[in-house]
Amino acid sequence: MKVTFPHMGHLWLVLKAALTGIGLEVVVPPPCTRRTLELGVRHAPESACLPLKVNLGNYLEAKELGADTIVMAGGVGPCRIGYYSQVQREILRDLGCAYEMVVFEPPDVHFNEVWDKIKYLNRRPWQDGVHGVVMAWLKACAVDALEQEVQRLRPREAQTGLADAVFRRALQELDAAGSRKEVNRVVKEIKGELAALPLKPDVRVIRVGIVGEIYTVLEPLVNLDIEKRLGALGVEVVRGLFLSRWINDNLFKGLLPLPGHHPEKTAPPFLNHFVGGHGWESVGDTVTFARRGCDGVIQLAPLTCMPEIVAHSVMPAVQQATGIPVMTIYLDEQTGEAGLQTRLEAFVDMLRRQKGVRAG
Amino acid sequence: MTSIYLGIDVGSVSTNVIALDIDGNLLASVYLRTRGQPIPAIQEGLREIRATLGREVTVAGVGTTGSGRGLAAVMTGADVVKNEITAHAVAASQVVPGVQTVLEIGGQDSKIIILRQGVVTDFAMNTVCAAGTGSFLDQQAARLGIPIENFGRLALGAKNPVRIAGRCAVFAESDMIHKQQQGHPLDDIVAGLCEALVRNYLNNVGKGKEILPPVVFQGGVAANAGMRQAFSRALGTEVIVPEHYGVMGAYGAALLAREARPKTSAFRGFELTERDFRTGGFECRGCANHCEVVELREGKEVLARWGDRCGKWSNAVAV
Repeated sequence: MKVTFPHMGHLWLVLKAALTGIGLEVVVPPPCTRRTLELGVRHAPESACLPLKVNLGNYLEAKELGADTIVMAGGVGPCRIGYYSQVQREILRDLGCAYEMVVFEPPDVHFNEVWDKIKYLNRRPWQDGVHGVVMAWLKACAVDALEQEVQRLRPREAQTGLADAVFRRALQELDAAGSRKEVNRVVKEIKGELAALPLKPDVRVIRVGIVGEIYTVLEPLVNLDIEKRLGALGVEVVRGLFLSRWINDNLFKGLLPLPGHHPEKTAPPFLNHFVGGHGWESVGDTVTFARRGCDGVIQLAPLTCMPEIVAHSVMPAVQQATGIPVMTIYLDEQTGEAGLQTRLEAFVDMLRRQKGVRAG
Repeated sequence: MTSIYLGIDVGSVSTNVIALDIDGNLLASVYLRTRGQPIPAIQEGLREIRATLGREVTVAGVGTTGSGRGLAAVMTGADVVKNEITAHAVAASQVVPGVQTVLEIGGQDSKIIILRQGVVTDFAMNTVCAAGTGSFLDQQAARLGIPIENFGRLALGAKNPVRIAGRCAVFAESDMIHKQQQGHPLDDIVAGLCEALVRNYLNNVGKGKEILPPVVFQGGVAANAGMRQAFSRALGTEVIVPEHYGVMGAYGAALLAREARPKTSAFRGFELTERDFRTGGFECRGCANHCEVVELREGKEVLARWGDRCGKWSNAVAV
């Protein structure tokens, strides 16, 4: 059994650790590129949202490397991604691409099913499996901690791209790390390297929060590297969505002391209930970012994403009440780089000028 | 010897160059068609500006804007590179102090900019449709054999504007042809078309934004009397078209260069109109991304590269 899974930002690193931990041979799909997207778009329904298309591209590219089993998440509720695993299964079958699919439904609804599937996949004694899961968790936390450091450095570094180069190497080293000790060593070393990067002498950084649907927020291919673009424009990006927090909120039921989303506390009175996907969190996080003194918020969503459309329609009220400017960007395979760049520059310019006026 | 500030707006359809004196007064302006070749257009624009001004000028600052702003900036040595939204907002508030809404429709894209107390508080650009309004009007005028300058004026005499589907240019065109075949008079059809485009703009670009007067209408399409009339009717307020409505982007870029007051301008000299610039590109095979890298060369020297995700090529050239 050669197992593969869809990409979502740095998720591969975490999943690879967990799956190798339970004794599976893992095929990480090639990094998402234009080719991945083109492959997916060719075979996916046109109106499906981007995650389905890119995932499909991932599977087809992983097949070329010999993968025969897909592990992915299903879901319940208004977000369509819940049934995308089934749609993908059918599309792959029609293409004559033989894959076995192991779909994990949300553990709070289908706990026994999850248990059965883990038992089915597991190839090792339980202690080893637990070790793999612990490693995956440690790596998720390490990646997220380092990425936050990079987000802080991007607008401040003297030469654009240096922090990202260090971060790229960190990902490789974390991937190779086999023990808690090694993970800690990598984090410490990389943090030291990042701290030693030369900075611009006097930068006036503005802070922009990123909210939205998790896939478009975390996957740089589909959001056209929005965080790097903003960094180059002198913007410190903050976001609420991180893999470690997602795992903590959804799999560990928020047991660990990590900052989580509490849309039930932050989103009302603008949006009072779950709307699927991350729509509720988008509204809640916007309120949180406004309270924490961010200068603006950018909401990202795949085109036709229903939960984010609901959130989008609520944003003018949030903007009115909190005074934080919100710009919504819908992404799909048609999104042009030049158009995105102009919108980002204009948004950042607007925030700078507003800030200048407020400060002066 | 007079000091001037240059503003260069390189758009998809037109390239505009403007010269301001140090007090911000407009000395000269040039409007050219880009014709898909921004480099010769920029060179031609600068040549004409210099011809208009005579030789005795020093350039105190250069600003570029428009979709070709990056290219123009590297070529000319710009001090300020700003996107179209900022440039248009700055220009509009210079011409009409206290402006609260800017409607801007060019060849390819359309924007709405909301200002309050002189600061941009909100903006939008065409996304799904309402694109190519200027080009579409151009095309319809050509199809009907009416010079574009007279096209909009036709609408003013209309008694019963025809209702035309304005969701997107393709629907609008087929619906319009249908109405023509039914025998509606031309002026009613042109008026209907203008109303459809305005409706489309307000629904897709201006969606939900609070449009307060004074309203300024600029960009190439503002030349169209029919569009001006349709806008003031739809908004129920006067719509101001500034004198230099077609070159407001370049004007704004020049104003921004003036505002920045560079100690010495990075301008590479008017001689650049005689230099040999070339662009080329290649696909990088360094990783799986296969980025399309574009480079700008002057003679043999590489001035700039862009398009790579990792910075391998763009960082290798000091811009």
